[in-house]
Amino acid sequence: MWRYIAQRFLVSIPVILMVGIITFTLVYVGPGDPAAIIAGDEATPEILEAIREDLGFNRPFPVQMGDWFWNLLQGDLGTSYFSRREITELITPRLQPTLSLGIQVVVLSTLIGISTGMLAAWKAGSRLDRNLMVLAVLGFATPGFWLAFLVIWVFAVNLGWFPVLGYKPIQDGLIQHLHSMFLPVMINSILASAFISRITRSAMLEVLREDYIRTARAKGASELSVFIRHAFRPSAIPVATVIGASIAGLATGFVLTETIFAIPGLGRMLIDAIVRRDYPIIQALLMVVATVLIAVNLLIDILYAYIDPRIRY
Amino acid sequence: MTETLLKVEHLQTEFRTEGGVVKAVDDVTFEIKQGETFALVGESGCGKSVTALSIMRLIPNPPGEITGGSIEFDGENLLDLSDSDMRDLRGSKIGMIFQEPMSSLNPVLTIESQLAEPLKIHMNLSSKAANDRAQELIDMVGIPDSKTRLRQYPHELSGGQRQRIMIAMAMSCTPRLLIADEATTALDVTIQAQILDLMQDVTEQSGASLLIITHNLGIVARYADRVAVMYAGKLREVSDAPSMYANPLHPYTVGLLRSVPRLDSDKGTPLAPIAGEIPDLTNLPDGCAFNPRCKWAVDRCSNESPELSEISPTTQVACFEHSSVTLHA
Amino acid sequence: MTSISDPQTEWELAPPMSVRLRGMLRSTAKASKRDMVLAVSIIILLLGFFLALFGPTLARTDYERTDPINRMQGPSLDHWFGTDNWGRDVFDRTIVGTRLSFLVGFSVTIISTVIGVTVALIISYFRILDAIMMRFVDGFLAFPTILLALALISLIGPSIGNVIIALSITATASKIRLVRGAVLSLRESTYVEAARAVGVPVPRILLFHVLPNIVSIIIVQATFTLASAILAEASLSFLGAGVPEYVPSWGNIIATGQGYIQVGFHISFFPGLFLTVTVLAVVLIGDSIRDHLDPKLRGRLKTTAQ
Repeated sequence: MWRYIAQRFLVSIPVILMVGIITFTLVYVGPGDPAAIIAGDEATPEILEAIREDLGFNRPFPVQMGDWFWNLLQGDLGTSYFSRREITELITPRLQPTLSLGIQVVVLSTLIGISTGMLAAWKAGSRLDRNLMVLAVLGFATPGFWLAFLVIWVFAVNLGWFPVLGYKPIQDGLIQHLHSMFLPVMINSILASAFISRITRSAMLEVLREDYIRTARAKGASELSVFIRHAFRPSAIPVATVIGASIAGLATGFVLTETIFAIPGLGRMLIDAIVRRDYPIIQALLMVVATVLIAVNLLIDILYAYIDPRIRY
Repeated sequence: MTETLLKVEHLQTEFRTEGGVVKAVDDVTFEIKQGETFALVGESGCGKSVTALSIMRLIPNPPGEITGGSIEFDGENLLDLSDSDMRDLRGSKIGMIFQEPMSSLNPVLTIESQLAEPLKIHMNLSSKAANDRAQELIDMVGIPDSKTRLRQYPHELSGGQRQRIMIAMAMSCTPRLLIADEATTALDVTIQAQILDLMQDVTEQSGASLLIITHNLGIVARYADRVAVMYAGKLREVSDAPSMYANPLHPYTVGLLRSVPRLDSDKGTPLAPIAGEIPDLTNLPDGCAFNPRCKWAVDRCSNESPELSEISPTTQVACFEHSSVTLHA
Repeated sequence: MTSISDPQTEWELAPPMSVRLRGMLRSTAKASKRDMVLAVSIIILLLGFFLALFGPTLARTDYERTDPINRMQGPSLDHWFGTDNWGRDVFDRTIVGTRLSFLVGFSVTIISTVIGVTVALIISYFRILDAIMMRFVDGFLAFPTILLALALISLIGPSIGNVIIALSITATASKIRLVRGAVLSLRESTYVEAARAVGVPVPRILLFHVLPNIVSIIIVQATFTLASAILAEASLSFLGAGVPEYVPSWGNIIATGQGYIQVGFHISFFPGLFLTVTVLAVVLIGDSIRDHLDPKLRGRLKTTAQ
């Protein structure tokens, strides 16, 4: 088991390295002179040169990249062009909204997705099953930002149950916080659960045709026990894979959601940085997101081994 | 004469398909006595496994359905039982072992939890008691190092060991009937005999009857008391094993016997496989389904389907020409 | 008596019951309902094509003409989908926007499929190239598509071409990974081994033995790419990081309406509906193709349809 975990961990190191190389290279080879962005419109050539000298932009590419990596390893994500502040310092206050959104959405979408998927598999072929699967396909095809628009229009503009905008941090009270997050959480959860539900259903139905399910029935196990004890765990691997994929999808969803609902999280920060062409922040956020997703994949690999003993060796 | 344990009468099991309704089991009647080893023989797709699954009422529905007949087990018609009564019977009074030892055990559950499950369901044993009994069962089926085995998963065991586990599981509640559906087909030849011996031992010890579903006539000869030969959903010949070997009455039985290599035959004797192919179950030939492949067939065979009829108190056959059928033609 | 003989040699005259059952599990009533869904989806996609080709000529007004007097009008006979904050006709802008969605969607799909399949086929036979290429693929796929596209576009500037390039990168990477996986597992198969054994040259094996066997996977994946690319383009335009604002795109029309949600519900509603229905049609077509093309999946799905 530990060998397996260590092996999965080692495999993800080159991926992180590659992510770093891609992130750094994109900005380096991209058009646009960082010195010009920092200096603003009225910069003289002398000022530009000074900025380049000061920030090391005139050093060779490998040196700059090596330097950037070395700083990353020490937890230094760089300095914003725009505010001239440490990016780690800028990120810290942005973590809470995004993490809160993320945790709520992952938990809710997993619960909704697995339970509706199992229900559909349990009642396979029934009207309930068909309706759930129609919803799942709809959820897969509906753009989140448009659904957000509809939901805001119904629940915030017309019914007035929730604020249109106005994020409240946890410090203002948990209830207020959850209330202000309710719509974005629900929208992302429902959309993410659509795919989880579909995969849960098809994985369950596939496992239910396995020989060992017949064995369980031949032992006299009840249908509920067959379903939950014998069929769910073997079908959990594709489900775990989809949950991992949906977390990657959330990163995108959050950029949109935080923009629409004016939530001051990392997604919003990225959009702001893109508007201002604040490349160090873009680099840092891409790096952070990719690293988190690689870590999530690592966790899911470990989860596989927990689910299926055949993977542990 | 011992008592009858299982009495299958006019059993009909059908599958609804695109090409029409398939009668996988068509008017099948036989009975198994207590303590007897009964073999159901036939080629793949002849309906023998469907017969076994029908007895367990494990036919996947849809597309399959038992549409007629009765299955009397210990004086009770299984087809009349409620689903929950039938569940109580499975694994406790009737145990079943399947063909694929690789896929018949749940890959994510330990041997212990799978072995203990029927004990918990049917005998209301506590976890502790069930686990202790599971260890005894592993010892019983001859797997060494039972303590370690209990904590292992199916993939850590060999095919033969898994099939032993399946036997232990099927026998855990001392059933009256053990059904072995091609239980040794997927195993190495050397392991096959061990597993069959084990099944015979455990059923003999507990006085249970054994229903062997197989296509392997070698198994039938060595283990079965009585044999039923099945072809295209119907029983063609039911007889005592020795008399069927000595004097087969149905052309299909003859065909089966002649296509098996025998150690006691002369080296030069060629094998004689049955000519033609298994008919499409959705489109069976008129009359006797075997007539296109039969060298004894007469005109009548392509118009009329012969019923299974009694030739002697122990032998029934479904063939118009059975009196002229011989093994060494 | 006889020995216990080898099961493999005995009477393997008919396929096992399980194989036959799989073929039997087809219910015609369900099939026709599925065909209906497919037919409707195809019609929707064809309508979309029609709008993409002729949208600008069908537009009843100049879709760029502003009309400040008639701004923020609700749907009416004159303006079926109402007008936006500049008084521009939302119906006209929406049907003109179809062209952009289809252009980006199909370009990304075609580019990523052609490059992805070619690269995957080539690298599957050159180990070192494969090792290098797959590190890049893993790296690119570690980013969420839209975030990478956002970053790229912020560097190279918003334009239709750049949106296509940005979205094609991750789409290509995921194609390479998928096709390479399929090719590698096929390479082990008996018939490819057989072809190699008799000396069929590698390019021929790739084109005539491997490619035909992965066509179904590629087509199904292509529909998925098409759906995601259309969604991604709309998302980028919605965020203001896609095509320039003056080019009508479903995404930026929705974004316009978002700013006027209190009074301008119609501005976002209709382009969003177009977007959702288009993506839905593509997804359903993809599902349907998968059911038809993949015999393994077919048996499976028909069973579940019972």
